[in-house]
Amino acid sequence: MLSLDRNLLHRFGLLLVILLVGTALSLSTDTFLGIANFTNVARQVSINGILAVGVTFVLLTGGVDLSLGSVVALSGVACATFAHPGDHSVLVPIAVGLLTGVACGLLNGVLVTRGGVAPFIVTLGMMTIARGLALIFSGGRPVANMSNELTSLAGDLFGIPIPVLCFTGVALAAWFFLRNFRLGRHIYAIGGNEHAARAAGVPVERVKLFAYGLCGLLTGLAGVVLAARITTGQPNAGQAYELDAIAAVVIGGTSLAGGVGTITGTLLGVLLIGVINNGLDLMGVSSYYQAVIKGVIIVGAVWLDRRQARS
Amino acid sequence: MLRAHELRKDFGGLTVLHPTSVEFRPGEVHALMGENGAGKSTLMKILAGLYPPDGGHIEWRGARTDFASPHDALMAGIAMIHQELMPIPDLTVAENITLGSEPCGRFGRIDRRAQLARARKLLDELEADIAPPRLMRTLTVAQTQVVEIAKALGRQADVILMDEPTAALSDHEVGALFRAIARLKARGVAIVYTTHKMDEVFKLADRISVLRDGRLVSTAAANELDPSKLIKLMVGRELADVFPARLAASDEVLLAVEGLTREPAYRDVSFRIRRGEVLALAGLMGAGRTEVVSAIYGLQPASGGQIRLKGRQISIRNPQDALAAGIGMVTEDRKGLGLIPALGVGQNITLTALRDFCHGQILDHTAESAAIAAQLSEFAVKASDPAQPIAQLSGGNQQKALLARCLLGAPDLIILDEPTRGIDIGAKAEIYALIQKLARSGKAILLVSSELPEVLSLAHRIVVLRRGSVAATLDAMTTDQETVLRHAMPL
Repeated sequence: MLSLDRNLLHRFGLLLVILLVGTALSLSTDTFLGIANFTNVARQVSINGILAVGVTFVLLTGGVDLSLGSVVALSGVACATFAHPGDHSVLVPIAVGLLTGVACGLLNGVLVTRGGVAPFIVTLGMMTIARGLALIFSGGRPVANMSNELTSLAGDLFGIPIPVLCFTGVALAAWFFLRNFRLGRHIYAIGGNEHAARAAGVPVERVKLFAYGLCGLLTGLAGVVLAARITTGQPNAGQAYELDAIAAVVIGGTSLAGGVGTITGTLLGVLLIGVINNGLDLMGVSSYYQAVIKGVIIVGAVWLDRRQARS
Repeated sequence: MLRAHELRKDFGGLTVLHPTSVEFRPGEVHALMGENGAGKSTLMKILAGLYPPDGGHIEWRGARTDFASPHDALMAGIAMIHQELMPIPDLTVAENITLGSEPCGRFGRIDRRAQLARARKLLDELEADIAPPRLMRTLTVAQTQVVEIAKALGRQADVILMDEPTAALSDHEVGALFRAIARLKARGVAIVYTTHKMDEVFKLADRISVLRDGRLVSTAAANELDPSKLIKLMVGRELADVFPARLAASDEVLLAVEGLTREPAYRDVSFRIRRGEVLALAGLMGAGRTEVVSAIYGLQPASGGQIRLKGRQISIRNPQDALAAGIGMVTEDRKGLGLIPALGVGQNITLTALRDFCHGQILDHTAESAAIAAQLSEFAVKASDPAQPIAQLSGGNQQKALLARCLLGAPDLIILDEPTRGIDIGAKAEIYALIQKLARSGKAILLVSSELPEVLSLAHRIVVLRRGSVAATLDAMTTDQETVLRHAMPL
């Protein structure tokens, strides 16, 4: 019961912070409160949300993925290259984008499991490799001239932005997976104590490979969605996206050491970061100050949370 | 000198230590006895500043004191040797020993030579042959324990709290520790000591306090007690016979090991286990017992030799292979290779056999909960809730949960590596009964234990390892402790 209560408390506390920030924004701006802006926030958080859900899996195993932003760019470029009007069915660029992400993720996973290189180093390497490849394939220029079918992925379906639907679907599936799949349990076990998990018969290498591969797949998805939204494959897109994603996961209560954390927490973390970004924009805060304020709020939220957990 | 005054501690609404007052005197070894979960470790941890008390206070040199941290206690002159070892694996032995009190030159530069010399001197005092520049991670569990003891000795403390310091030590190392304790006593140091080994208590202790269910039952001079009186105080009842009767084993050989080799740990190890048999691997610390059983379970495969199960040769490269072949194991290193600390007791228990509670890849929560409930009650694991993190349980309950995990998969061969280390007599008796029950139901049990009475009373046959080779295979019914030891000792 203890762990359950603490989870509730944690979520409740985070929800409270989000409501507080929301209330403050409602009072200080006349544009925050409203369907239009909420839809806007949802649209803005969806890419970070997809990335955060993916990296939650990797963080739960006790690893980390720093290559998210670069792989988003590479997948976007790969997707855009195959998305010129009349070239292929719309499924081809989507598949290319997703597979690019999966390939990067699996390569990360193989180097971590078979190569025995620390995840931090492997994914740091992938961060610059993927960025370099994106620049090489695009010749350093945005890949434009994308088909309408693909860019319409950034549009609405039944009045809801498709990126938001993607994010919601991904989050629901991830939540269900971690709760109800054997692999989900194995991910928690490995993050909790890798050696004990191996001794208990958990196929540690395969499970980790899966986590990195899945994270790659979702990163590819984020790359496709981003390309659709900005209607180009931008080799310089996604700079520092990994930081927002990891920050959201950690704010949501996932331990960087692995073994502890939930998708619900990650969602709340994504929401908090999204509301802060949106609010600072609405209040017309300069982006220089925004960076400082966001950093302070991220550290502050985690500090408050850990203090609460200790008491 | 040091007095616990009505100290009380609660965990999650449960009082684990009821108001307890004890006095510890200089130059005296004071043993704290009791079953696991009786409150010994809790009391020690309060005295060492690790836990703040929820009631009462500590009196130190006649003044009321509150230790806010272990550092405070250490500065006041109270050092503790923990039951769970806490080495820093990538520092050297010398760096570990002097951790937090490094001899420093100007500007805080560490004086390496003085550091090595101090470590050398402390290890000498424990008659330990461990080179101070070695990396901590290269040591065995026993050597790590010796280093932890040296670390506490080096604090020049006036009170040293020792929480089961001999759990992992060989007889020689225990002897060296006892001689070191005698010298500390002569210097007027107060020693507070816990152990589960009866012979140690009566060899060492001047006074004995017994705790039961978080309450102090009695404090008496050691010479006023004897083992049976002490056990009665600890358990609250007479323990008739902790060892249940053995039944004859069958003739069907389940597992045959032939010429198993991995230099330099062990070589040419051969033995057979039949269904219904308890086979013990005996030997001194470092004789290769854990390494041999680790090979059979696939934790560290052998480089040569054969393993045959039911007559068929099998290859075991990892624990998954072993489990698939019907071999289960409860490891010696509970913390490192057993527990997933943040997971609940229940999920820890079902981890190995999780496939049995799945439809395809998807978990059947109802079936899993039912299995957890059944295992918790069958193995008498005391937990407030199946979701309670296993790290919060006492050592005995953790061990029972890990046994439950191993047996849930219904293995034919069960490897138990030091299954009763650091757990209380009550839990030990339960595990002994379980071992015999398993043997009777046709399982084969491979038992590694450093406690000879245990080996002699539980096993049918004893394979004695000496420096990685089989020195003898003995019939447990007809042999005795001296014979086993004679074979185990290096010539």
